[in-house]
Amino acid sequence: MKANCWEGKRKVRVEDVPDPQIINSQDAIIKITSTAICGSDLHLFNGFIPTMEKGDILGHEFMGEVVETGRSVKNLKVGDRVVVPFPIACGQCAACRQDLFSLCENSNPNGWMAEKLMGHSPAGIFGYSHMLGGFAGGQAEYARVPFADVGPLKVPAGVPDEQVLFLSDIFPTGYMGADMCSIKPGDVIAVWGAGPVGQFAIASAYLLGAERVISIDRFPYRLQMAKERARAWETINYEEENVLERLKELTGGRGPDACIDAVGMEAHGHGVTYAYDRTKQAMGLETDRPIALREAIMACRNGGIVSVIGVYGGFIDKFPMGSVMNRSLTIRAGQCHVQHYMKPLLERIERGEIDPSFVITHRMRLEEAPEGFDMFVHKRDNCEKIVLSA
Amino acid sequence: MTTATQESTNYGRRQADQVEDPYDESYGRGNGGSSGGLLNDPNRIAKGLGWFSIGLGLAQIAAPRRMARMIGVGDDETNRNTLFAIGVRELASGVGILAGERPVAPVWSRVGGDVMDLTLLGRALRSDRADKNRVAAVTAAVLGVTVLDFLTGQQLGRESDAGRRTGRAQGRDQARAPSGRGIEVKRAITVNAPQDEVYRFWRDFENLPRFMEHLESVQVVDDRRSHWKAKAPAGSSVEWDAEIIEDRPNELIAWRSLGDADVPNRGSVRFIPSPQGGTEVHVQLSYQPPAGRLGSIVAKFFGEEPDIQVGSDLRRFKQVLELGEVVHSDATVHGHPHPARPPEKPVHVQSQMQGAAR
Repeated sequence: MKANCWEGKRKVRVEDVPDPQIINSQDAIIKITSTAICGSDLHLFNGFIPTMEKGDILGHEFMGEVVETGRSVKNLKVGDRVVVPFPIACGQCAACRQDLFSLCENSNPNGWMAEKLMGHSPAGIFGYSHMLGGFAGGQAEYARVPFADVGPLKVPAGVPDEQVLFLSDIFPTGYMGADMCSIKPGDVIAVWGAGPVGQFAIASAYLLGAERVISIDRFPYRLQMAKERARAWETINYEEENVLERLKELTGGRGPDACIDAVGMEAHGHGVTYAYDRTKQAMGLETDRPIALREAIMACRNGGIVSVIGVYGGFIDKFPMGSVMNRSLTIRAGQCHVQHYMKPLLERIERGEIDPSFVITHRMRLEEAPEGFDMFVHKRDNCEKIVLSA
Repeated sequence: MTTATQESTNYGRRQADQVEDPYDESYGRGNGGSSGGLLNDPNRIAKGLGWFSIGLGLAQIAAPRRMARMIGVGDDETNRNTLFAIGVRELASGVGILAGERPVAPVWSRVGGDVMDLTLLGRALRSDRADKNRVAAVTAAVLGVTVLDFLTGQQLGRESDAGRRTGRAQGRDQARAPSGRGIEVKRAITVNAPQDEVYRFWRDFENLPRFMEHLESVQVVDDRRSHWKAKAPAGSSVEWDAEIIEDRPNELIAWRSLGDADVPNRGSVRFIPSPQGGTEVHVQLSYQPPAGRLGSIVAKFFGEEPDIQVGSDLRRFKQVLELGEVVHSDATVHGHPHPARPPEKPVHVQSQMQGAAR
């Protein structure tokens, strides 16, 4: 089959690789119909996530049709149409039983690597480094999906791929970002990053009852999408305005009730701090540039919540702990527990409360994945979200 | 290859010099024993010296006047400046010691500093303005510290050489088992299954190879005795007999190798109910890497990072009990680094565990 493979920093290539096979008894093989390039794939592309190997198949947002099932699979049968959540979860361990699927204790066979970097291991993830399992990803024609009874969600025939594909990651991720804000009526939420996850965080904050949502980015086309499609109340272009001052102005001096970091480890900024972080990151003295996170902390109102869904890989520097501690902030974070959110969000889609396809700007074929990565990383042609058809 | 073997052989010989009965009471207790040096644990003493340096340095920087009075030298500007400079030096060597994993150089820098301090104190003893009694007392104290610094530096240097000879990984293990009594690993995992079930699965030693990667087979001979076979590189294997030395149903199993096993080893596993349900499994393993060629094979095979090996074995143990099988990714079905893509050939993962599937 064809698959999009990581070949080194800033290099991906579509290659012919062996077809996947059933390895564990709870596996299913999916023939992929639609797959997407995620912003977090860019961290891999740019070489910021350790333990990648030449030839790794990328991709963790995919859906398709079941073509084979292992002998222990009970809930799925050949021909079922499914969306696959990006964290791999067994459904049996203590974490899964608490619906903390991205913390599954059994799905990362390379847990020891993650333990070295993070202390304990989270769940395995499709196509996302060896430290997170070494699982082949879904930017391919077929994929092996472990724990087929736990993860994949059957979707009805009438709903097109584009409306449900993002249940695999970015819609639930944005939704969890808003969910972690414990939104109450009247709340003002600020969202750093107007990429696809940021867009869903904005839309989800409204679904969960926020009064006003403010979107922060530097690309006018993204801010425009946030305003027009995700209905952001106000937008801030951080290259033109001082974010902290503007947020104070917009909230009567209080600061937003909750701040969502939908940017992560490769944040941009300007001035001395940005140069400082870029240099330290380039020298390997810090792995992540937490510029958005620092700003989100400083901006948040006293006693507010900072919700982190942007991906971080390792260590950050100049963390404003004094602000967190003295102002009683709560930080919540996590890779999305997708399996927990998929079903209720599918229902919201079916009820017409949201059509997640609004973020799609480009449709390409799997073979064009390398051009897609190049366009996405450079934000060319107002690129927001690329969907690949396999 | 040659180098690796040689290194490990040296390691083996070093071990062999100190081999003691692996079954004596203190075997495998790790830090308890002494390796015959004057200092039981030079690393720990070095850390102590590091903190001492920092404390002294800070005091000299913060209060040079009081320090000058305390050691009995005149409180003039030259002395204050000298004390300040010494404080900076102390701080630097303290930080150096605490930051390094095996701080040989910073400890020797302390010895150099001691010599310098003794020279200065000697000069003060001859000076008229100094309080002779105080200066003499301080000199005696510095002399004592100098001896300690010197011995620590020497001991660390020796260990560091040995570490270089035996390779990086074993250097680390040495730190863990400084007494030369073999390698000891402790790991724990919590399994979401009742205590009796977890105990029963482990108690049937024939189950062990299903999650212990290096074990090829275990044959149960009778109630207490079993025959173990472990994989070794190039298709060879290592075999030994073992006996259960303690068996408390649902609580504890302890075993050890018998007779002249190539790799004398012992282990225990304790089962404790977890406060949140499920069972905590606490494993303790120790083994004595042998001398010679076999030693080098074993060291290479188990030696890389034994605690990671045992940790991964326990992760598989949990998978087998909670899910009925060992979970594999596209990369981990291979015994060597492999890109995360489907394997070329059909893969046959060990079939489901009887009695363990839930």
